[in-house]
Amino acid sequence: MPPPPPVPLVAYLTLSAILFVLGVAGFLIRKNLITMFMSIELMLNAVNLSFVSFSYHLKQTDGHLFTFFVMVVAAAEAAVGLAIILTVFKNRATLMVDEVDSLKL
Amino acid sequence: MDFLLLSLIKTGLVAFVFLTALAYLQWIERKVIAHVQVRVGPNRVGPHGLLQPLTDTIKLLTKEDLIPAHVNKFFYLLAPVIGVAMALISISVIPFGPKITVPFTSIETYLGLTDLNIGVLVPLACSGIGVYAVALAGWSSNNKYALLGGLRASAQMVSYELPLAVAIAAPLLMHNSLSMREIVESQNVVKWGFLYNWSIFSYFGIPFVAFIIFLICAFAETNRIPFDLPEAENELVAGFHTEYSSMKFAAFFMAEYANMTTICCLAVILFLGGWLPPTPGLDWVPGAVFFASGVLMLYHGTVNLARARDRISLPLFGVIFCGIGVLHWIPVLMPITTPLFWFLSKTLFLLFLYIWVRATLPRFRYDQLMHFAWGWMFPVSIGTLFATGLLVAVWK
Amino acid sequence: MDPILFAIFAGIAVVCGIVMVTQRHPIASALSLIGVMGSLAVLYLLLGAEFIAAAQVIVYAGAIMVLFLFVIMLLNAGAEPKPLRSSYLAGFLGVPMVLALMGLLGYLVKRSFPLDVTVRFGDFTGGSAKAVGDALFRKYLLPFEVTSVLVLIAILGAVVLARKEMD
Repeated sequence: MPPPPPVPLVAYLTLSAILFVLGVAGFLIRKNLITMFMSIELMLNAVNLSFVSFSYHLKQTDGHLFTFFVMVVAAAEAAVGLAIILTVFKNRATLMVDEVDSLKL
Repeated sequence: MDFLLLSLIKTGLVAFVFLTALAYLQWIERKVIAHVQVRVGPNRVGPHGLLQPLTDTIKLLTKEDLIPAHVNKFFYLLAPVIGVAMALISISVIPFGPKITVPFTSIETYLGLTDLNIGVLVPLACSGIGVYAVALAGWSSNNKYALLGGLRASAQMVSYELPLAVAIAAPLLMHNSLSMREIVESQNVVKWGFLYNWSIFSYFGIPFVAFIIFLICAFAETNRIPFDLPEAENELVAGFHTEYSSMKFAAFFMAEYANMTTICCLAVILFLGGWLPPTPGLDWVPGAVFFASGVLMLYHGTVNLARARDRISLPLFGVIFCGIGVLHWIPVLMPITTPLFWFLSKTLFLLFLYIWVRATLPRFRYDQLMHFAWGWMFPVSIGTLFATGLLVAVWK
Repeated sequence: MDPILFAIFAGIAVVCGIVMVTQRHPIASALSLIGVMGSLAVLYLLLGAEFIAAAQVIVYAGAIMVLFLFVIMLLNAGAEPKPLRSSYLAGFLGVPMVLALMGLLGYLVKRSFPLDVTVRFGDFTGGSAKAVGDALFRKYLLPFEVTSVLVLIAILGAVVLARKEMD
């Protein structure tokens, strides 16, 4: 059995693009605040994959550092974002973006 | 020999020994707690209840596999799978001994399954994913006690993971590596002529503080008394596994003991010098320990027989132990058995500590638990890290 | 071995991504997102980024997603209700536009590298904890410090937002 052909770099980038588009679609389709937030995380992950693949291609560590920073920022964002979602839920008793439609209670 | 076959053999061996050890760990726990509380413990099945784990396994396997009507079926079944998988994966990065040559062949191999250069992070990652098992079990059971247990567990495990990680960072600073094998190799230095340089012996005992923090956080990570809030039976029935029965319950049980064992192995490697003995020149000790206990058993089983029913079992075990002792003295086997003896005895001591604490301490209250994590463990661990960093910077 | 592993985990990532977008229940979405993250961690390993793979599992899957799951359980968020009136326009325009975006990105990616630029496991070893730490504390020291301030601000913000007495 001949060894299968190696994976082209393009495959990784295509996977990253697919995940990114899925994230965009999720953000637009879903009505639940938390799920929308998770779609953003999916987009960030997709971009991270691109960073790491480029880092591999250029044989530099810098891409990894960007991924690292994205993770830190995502952690900070999750902390604040989830606190905001909690507050919204406390004040309006709903998580659907459609129903959070008044500027003032 | 080819790499794949060797790995397969090693994996099979480790899996067999590990799973058997998990079953017997439960027997040891019941026996030790019984003796702490001046009881006898399991003693009906086999001599000294030694076949108890077997009967327990048969009981759990043959019980009716019940799925309550109101649960979220997919997640309900997924949770124990995640739990047990994550608990068993992390043993694969633990090194049990140095590089050896298999006797009577020329095959050279490491004792231990693999060695990653991010080895220390693997158990952390596995315990991080293991949180989902508990949280999902609590949520999908659709039961208020289970949900409370699951929420408590996830908050507790996330909180205690922080000081745990910081406590791990102290020995990493000292040994300048993330690979467990390199960490142990770097402790393989004799200082003052008689002491191996275990992490806890160096830098004025500051790593010892980190070791204590690590142990306390390890108790909390594995949901053991005094931190067993997620399954506090007098508040929450049984916590997150209230709705689980038969094999699914057994899976959670096994995951708990596997996590305990792995985290004890991790403590031994990071702080207690892995497979290194305390001082050089102790190669005769492993054999002597086994031989002495064998002789003791023979004495009590034949000459000084206390109970009539021990007249067969005690001499038999005495002979077996003497045999194991002699095995430790065979020069060909010594490079394998001696490191394994030290590693396993240190791990067993830490496991004994777990059981000892369980038999001794009462449970925390939930607010005390959280305050303890953030108000005490975290600052102390950060302080230890700073002190270690400073000393490393000055010394090296 | 490489292509097989890539195929398996890329497949898992895509399937989990689709499940995440199409499932109505937030817990199902969260779990499939964890599935995506786990398979991405394996792909990072294939690309030689060991430290990032470990960080991905510990930080992303082990900490951030636990927070999400925790909030979902705390709010007892149920499945999204089916929309009462679904817009035909959304269906007619949305699906083609997502496909168009996909095609555009695919075209760009395809043009950027020829197919014979391949990935072999073990070719790049700059992803060890040592290399990442070296870059982090030398070349990227200032950004690192700035992110620490950012995290501090985020903690303060979360505490202020989640306090009991909101006024």
